[in-house]
This record gives sequence, C-alpha cells and structure tokens, in this order.
Amino acid sequence: MTTTETVQQSIYDQVLESTPRGERLKLCLQCGDCSGICPFGYLMVHPPSRLIAQLRADRFEKVLETDTVWMCVSCYACTAVCPAQIPLTPGLMARTKEELILNGNVPAELQSALENSQRYGNPLGESPRKRADWVAGIQPEVKIMGKLRQPVDVLWFVGDYPSYHPRVQATAKALARVLHALGVNFGILGPEETSDGDSQRLAGERGLFEMLAERNGLAFSKYEFKEIITTDPHAYNAIKNEYPRLEISYPIRHYTEFLAERLDQLKPLLKQEVKAKVTYHDPCYLGRANDIFDEPRRLIAAIPGVELVEMSHNHKNSLCCGGGGGGMWLDGFQWEKAHVRLSEWRVKEALAAGADILAVACPYESPRFEDAAKTVQGAEQLKVRDIAELLVEAMGN
Amino acid sequence: MNIIILVKLVPDLVEELTVDASGAALDMSWLRLIINEFDDHAIEQGILLKERGGGQVTVIAPDVEGVDDVLFTAAAKGADRLIKVKGDFSAGVNNHALSRAFATIVKGLQPDLVLTGVQANNDIDGALGPLLAGMLEMPYVGYISGITIDAAKSKVRKEYPGGLIAEMEVNLPAVLGVQAAEQPPRYVAVSKVRQVMKTSTIQEQSAPTLDPSGGPTISRMFQPEAGGRATMLSGSADEISAKLVGIFKELGVL
Amino acid sequence: MTQDIYVVIEHLRGQVAEISYVMLAAARELAKGQKGKVVAILLGKNAQGLAGNLAADRLVSFDHPALADFTSDAYQKVLADLIQKDQPRAVLFGSTSIGTDLASVLSIRLGLPLVSSCRTFSPEGKFVSQICGGKIMAEGDLPMPTALITVVPGGYKAEDGQSTQAPAITQAEVPPLESLRVTLSKYIEPETGDVDIAKESLLVSVGRGIQNQDNISLAEDLAKALGGVVSGSRPVIDQGWLATSRLVGKSGKSVKPKVYLALGISGAPEHVEGITNSDTIIAINTDPAAPIFGVAKYGAEIDLFDLIGVLTEQVKQARGG
Repeated sequence: MTTTETVQQSIYDQVLESTPRGERLKLCLQCGDCSGICPFGYLMVHPPSRLIAQLRADRFEKVLETDTVWMCVSCYACTAVCPAQIPLTPGLMARTKEELILNGNVPAELQSALENSQRYGNPLGESPRKRADWVAGIQPEVKIMGKLRQPVDVLWFVGDYPSYHPRVQATAKALARVLHALGVNFGILGPEETSDGDSQRLAGERGLFEMLAERNGLAFSKYEFKEIITTDPHAYNAIKNEYPRLEISYPIRHYTEFLAERLDQLKPLLKQEVKAKVTYHDPCYLGRANDIFDEPRRLIAAIPGVELVEMSHNHKNSLCCGGGGGGMWLDGFQWEKAHVRLSEWRVKEALAAGADILAVACPYESPRFEDAAKTVQGAEQLKVRDIAELLVEAMGN
Repeated sequence: MNIIILVKLVPDLVEELTVDASGAALDMSWLRLIINEFDDHAIEQGILLKERGGGQVTVIAPDVEGVDDVLFTAAAKGADRLIKVKGDFSAGVNNHALSRAFATIVKGLQPDLVLTGVQANNDIDGALGPLLAGMLEMPYVGYISGITIDAAKSKVRKEYPGGLIAEMEVNLPAVLGVQAAEQPPRYVAVSKVRQVMKTSTIQEQSAPTLDPSGGPTISRMFQPEAGGRATMLSGSADEISAKLVGIFKELGVL
Repeated sequence: MTQDIYVVIEHLRGQVAEISYVMLAAARELAKGQKGKVVAILLGKNAQGLAGNLAADRLVSFDHPALADFTSDAYQKVLADLIQKDQPRAVLFGSTSIGTDLASVLSIRLGLPLVSSCRTFSPEGKFVSQICGGKIMAEGDLPMPTALITVVPGGYKAEDGQSTQAPAITQAEVPPLESLRVTLSKYIEPETGDVDIAKESLLVSVGRGIQNQDNISLAEDLAKALGGVVSGSRPVIDQGWLATSRLVGKSGKSVKPKVYLALGISGAPEHVEGITNSDTIIAINTDPAAPIFGVAKYGAEIDLFDLIGVLTEQVKQARGG
C-alpha cells in the first residue's frame, strides 16, 4: 500500500522524470489558463491548475477521491495554451488517471475497453483474427504482409476503428482506393496489427500501452518497408512521439501528409465535382498536438466544386470531438455529468459556418459527429465525411 | 478464514467456434481460452470477503494456455496463493474429471469456504462447484449474489428469477456457486500484473489421471442453423400487425 | 429398475415454474420410446394443490415442513433416497437456481451419470444439449442406467406439459430431515421502484425514431399489452425521455429477453452489443439498410407510428380485451 507521501512524491517525480520537459511542472504560475480553456474544466472538481495546486499542497488524496478527472478527453488545449509549456496532457493528466486506475477508480465502460485492448488487441472487443476482414472484395487486393512476404514501400497502419467499426471501415476502403489509384506499393499488417495504444496510454494505462507497442514493434520488425502511414492521428502520434522511447522507430506520416505530397499526381484524378461548402475539423492529435494544419486543407481544396469554410474554432484552437484520452469509452459517464457532448457543440459550429459537409481526418470523428448530428436540431442534412471518402467521391467511378 | 477459489478457463465466444475433424468435439486449435466470467466474480467475491474479514485466498486453476496470466491477475487483486494443476487437459476435460482433480488438493487445504462460478459456457455434465461439493460432502448453494460470514456459518443471498432473493444460512465449510460478486470484478492495471509476476510464484500440483466418468459421451457436435438476415414481414399496418401477433403467439408471449 | 422418467417439479412461492411444464413435455417425448411412465416428483408442504395441471401419468408427493421452501440439503436427501430406491430411467431437473443445486451433487452422491443443458430429446433416447452460449449443440445417447438430466427451456412448449386433469397422487414417506446444513431465513422481494430491464422477458425498445417524450406513452401502451417493459437506445435516454435504468447497449445494460421489439432503432454496434442475448429480435424501421435487420429474426420496413397503434389494438384483442 502506498502512503500519501509516497503517492505524491512518485507522481510529482514521475511527471518530472518520465515526460519530456516534465520538470517544467515546477514553473506553474497557477494562472488558470489551462482550466479556463479545458472544454470540461467547469465540471471538474480539480481541473489542471487545481490538480497541480493539490499536488503542491500535499493533498493528492483529495484528487483520488473524485472521478471528474475522467472528464478529460486529452485534447491538448491546456498543453497548447500553458505559458510555462508544461506537458499537462501527456504528463500530468495521463499520470493522474494512472493513479486513479491503480486506486480502483475506473468507470465501467472504460474498464471494458481496457480489458478488451489487453485481451483482443483492440478496445472494441473484436477478434484479432478478423482485423483484416474489411479488405474482402476490394480490387486490386489489399496486400497483407504476412501473406505477401515481400518488401513494400509503405506500411499502412490501419488502426482499430477503421478495421472494425462499420462506419469507419468505409474510410479504410476509401483510403485503399486512393492509394491504389496512385499506384502506391503498400501493405497492411492485418491480424498482426494491434491497437496503437495511444488513447489507452492517455487514459492512464501506461503498462497496457507498452504491451501493445511491443507487439506492434515485433510485427514491424518482421517486414521490410520504407515508411509507415496511418489512418489515425492517434496512431500517428504514438508511433512518432512515443514508440521511439521504446526503441521502435520508423519514418512515419499521417495519410493526409502522404497524399498532400502527391497532390500533383492526385489532382488529375479528382474529376467529379463535389459542389458543397466543406468545413474541416482539425483533429487534436494532428493539429494541436503535431502541428499539421495545411496538408488536409490542401487536399480538400483540390476537390473541384468545393468551397472550404472555417468554423469559428479552427487550427490551433479547434474544438475536440470528445473521443480522446479514453473519451471514446466514457460516453455514458461523461453524459451523466455534462448533459452536453463536445461533438454536438462542434456540429453546431459546422452549421453556423454554413457547411454542407463536415470533413474529418480521424477515425473517432465520423461516428461521433454522425451521432451528434442526429440530436442537433438543423443538422439532419449535415454530412460527415473523412477526407479519404471525399477524395474517392471526387474520383468518381 | 481460509477461502479457496476454483477457476476454469473456457472458450472465448468472441472467436469463431468450430467442430473438429472427429465431429464430436470442439476444434481446440482455434480456441482462445479465457477465464470463466462467473469464476472472475468468484475471485472478486473472495477478495471482498478477505478485505472485510481477513483470511487467506487461494486460487486454483488447471494448467491450460493462458492460466499464468489468470493466476497472476488474481494475485494482483489480492489472492495470496496460486496453484496450477498439471495434467493432460489438451483434449478438454469435463467437470467430473476436473472436480476429481481438484478434490484431493482442496481437501488437503482444509478450506472454510470454496467459491467458484455457478456455471461455465462449456458445461455439459453439471457444474464444477456442486460436483466438488458432492465429493467433499460439503453443502452447496448456487446462484449466489452476496455472502456474509458469521463464525461457522455463512449468510448467503440466492437469486431466483424476477429479482427474487432467498436469504439462506449455510454451515461452513461449504461450496458456493457465485452468480455475481457484490461489486463487478475490479480492474487491474497491466503494470501491476507485470509487477506481481516478478514477486509471486505459482505452485504446481499434479492431478491423478483425469477420470471423466459420470459425464455423457458426445457422439456429435454441430452448429445450429446460421441466422442471416431478418425475415421481412410485408403488407399494410394491419397485415403486419396480424403477422406479429401470430409470431408472439408462437413464441409464447401471447 | 424402471423405464419411468421422473420430473422434479419446481415451484416457488406457491407457483409452479414454467420449466416444470417444459420438462414434462420433454419427459413425454422420452417416455414414448423408453416405454415408461412420466412421474412428477413434488416436494413441499401442502403443495398438492399445485398438481392440478401437470401432464404426468402419476405424481409422487413428499410433504414435510422442512420442504415447504426449496433448500438444497433437504431436497437432496429426499431425492437421493427416492432415486436410489426406484432407479428410474431418467430424472429431469430444471437448469435453474433450484435444479442445478441438486443434479450435480446427486450425480456424485449416487454415482449416476449427468448430462446438462439439454434442449430436446428423441424417443430413442438421444439428447441434444446447447453449450457455448448456444453456438454449439452436442448430441449423444442418454447414459445408463439412470440418467440425471438438467433441462433448458426452448425445446418444448410449456402447454405440451400441461393437462386439464391432475395426475394420480401417491404420498411418499419422507426420510428423516434433521441437521440440515442449509436453511432458509427469508425471502427478499425485488424493489418495485423501477424495473431491471436485464431481468425482463419482453422489451419494447425505442430509438431516435420515437421523436419526442410524448410518444413514449405509445410504446408504454404496447409494452403493457404485451406484458413487457419499455427500454431504449442512447439518444432516447440522453434526451431524458426514459430513465437511465432503461438504457440498452454498451453504456447501459445487456438484456436477454425472450422478445426484443426494436422500434425506430438503427442498430449501431454500441446498441446491438446489449441485445445479442435476446432470443428473438423484431425490428421495425423505415430504413431497409438499417444494421438492426442484420441481427433481427423478423423485421418490417414500416414507420413505427403507422404500426404501433394498430399493433397495440390487435395485441389487446388477442389477449381478450
């Protein structure tokens, strides 16, 4: 049993030691910018600045007694705005959630997502053997590395939701079509791929993250490829920023970067007009966390007929869809506390911007925004499309 | 309080289940084995009893694929002793054989209370708990959703359909078949289990030859007809309603 | 030794449990081929009144204060004695909270073979059991000399185990029942506050399609007529039109009703997760591509508002007013 003293010390020291630039925690001015910009800060008993205050006041056990830390969706808004540049999201929030888990304070929904990740390698609880079932019927065939046994140029890390979730499989199929159209020599790991683990890491399960990363690392090491691309900004973030610390290091890009680089080749294929006002939602882990804002917009702008409009929160101050940091698996819990969904807020912004189509680039977003559009008045006609899906639409038949 | 928890690992229903070449048994090569969820509840209930009233918790499981992880996870939750029963479980064993294998070990440990899940998805010859109770000549009550210990007696809540509960007194030592622990099985962080793997050990005990007598001989295993898409009912609202009423009657609802 | 098929009748608080009738129907099937009689075994206190519609050839009654309510030790003693003496061809127990407290212990105590989760039998003496959540069926010959069997519902209709005439009753001598290790203290009724949908056998479930709170009463009328309860998918609960306790799905409850009637529910995976254990799913939705039709047994492509009133009326009529 850890004593209060040991718990605080270890958290304080942990953040300082285990996160890059963690020692900046000492520089907190208690300005409250983090708590102010946090989308759910108003519901937390201990929003980020107060968390730090409790740590410093020797009262971390107060935090462990509450459950509102689980309102954090790891959106990086606090981290982006902190004048002292403290790594709040990956350091403080993730580590606090870790302590909550160790103290048995885990909402049931999240618990089963974590247990599923452990047992099946994906939070949805689907059989790992079926991870590549989505490729059935696609011509030309999507190459699975384990069967191909030949080097490829690009290893496409598909991700949990694109592999298994019925709505997001459409994104995977769309991206496969685009890659084929561009003549990219790519392969996927299929059943050998396991969850990237990033959301689980940010939800406080560092041990689980390492276990999943190790599995992926092992799978990567078996094959020859020049670079990795991901459908998912979370996988991108994990493989780019976290895996190297576990000695798993590869050139890595999000698919929007990869395609934007090939825009000259892609543009002539976009023959079909898509006459619509399109607004782009910057995913937290592509935009704010990794500074990728332009490439997705360039892809959208390349589609004939499209008028790109911006929502009032865009680029660095984009609003989170609510799916990160475990949020995907805390929906019931967060709804009970908030009675409002971040995804609904965002859909309202899309409507206010006059958008016909809400374009996304993260697998969490299409199901979340489509669900939200069902309950927001006036959003019945709003379409939600991943950029890959828009490109395929523009490619026509 | 000396508490023993018996655990089975059973086929994971998330995976495809197929029948092997003999046509009379499950194809074990594609099976993923996971802890029987009712046994997971039994572990949780055992840990709760220990947390409340002190004592020692021993978890016993057969040596099949995945058992180490199951036992270490139990230790990370608070189990004190872990026992793995070695034997030839490769072809799958019925509950009569398993309970015989456990009986000698359990008897030697002289428990006050034996907990196990009330059922498991691969039961074909009764359940582990009551079979063991028969062998040890201990009283057995199943479908338990609450236990309090009072000296040499236990007060248990037995579940009946419709939410009805019977509160019963059971003399100890006894075997109880757990339907649900008083709280859902707790989560254990992967890091904690990994830590426990370094500090705990699993004792191994050998089972005498596995004797399945008392269970049935299966001559054939098969999958029931596949579902597929819904049978669509068509017509006007009146016609569809009439068809639905017919279906309700068939199902015994009306 | 006889070729008779014994059925251990289950009753609780003065009511015969439905499984008892299912077992009697099953026993009749078996008895045909085994050329034996169906014998109902009734343990209780003044319980003969319950024998009225049991479709058995005869009934053996054990009447004793200690048997008034089910407790495993007492019932085991009586049945062990009986089975040892009579050595019937088979003894059927319910795969229930009562039956499973008895069958396995008796198997060891009497050295008799046991086969569980049986759904159907053939007159030739074959059983078919369901295992692995119903995904696998196992078939075999009923073991000899006396087969102890637990029976699950679904293979036979309760009405086939019912009769208009009570069977002939013999009172049997109850063996001594002292030093019982299991005793009943009391029953605890379920809270009447709100229902536990996970325990309901018929659910009328509404989704986004119900559109507003007022329309919930339409679902409630139908549920009442069918003897069920209203549940809902997430959008309905989120709007506050139904209590959280009625939520079905990933963030709510997993339900296992006999009938799950899904009205205006699309069938998103998060919802379907909570209903896969339903016996029969019936889906009403205007969208033919709604995923719910992939998991439902029956479906109709019709607006729920066009259907619900008419259906409720017809159900009420079928019930007889």
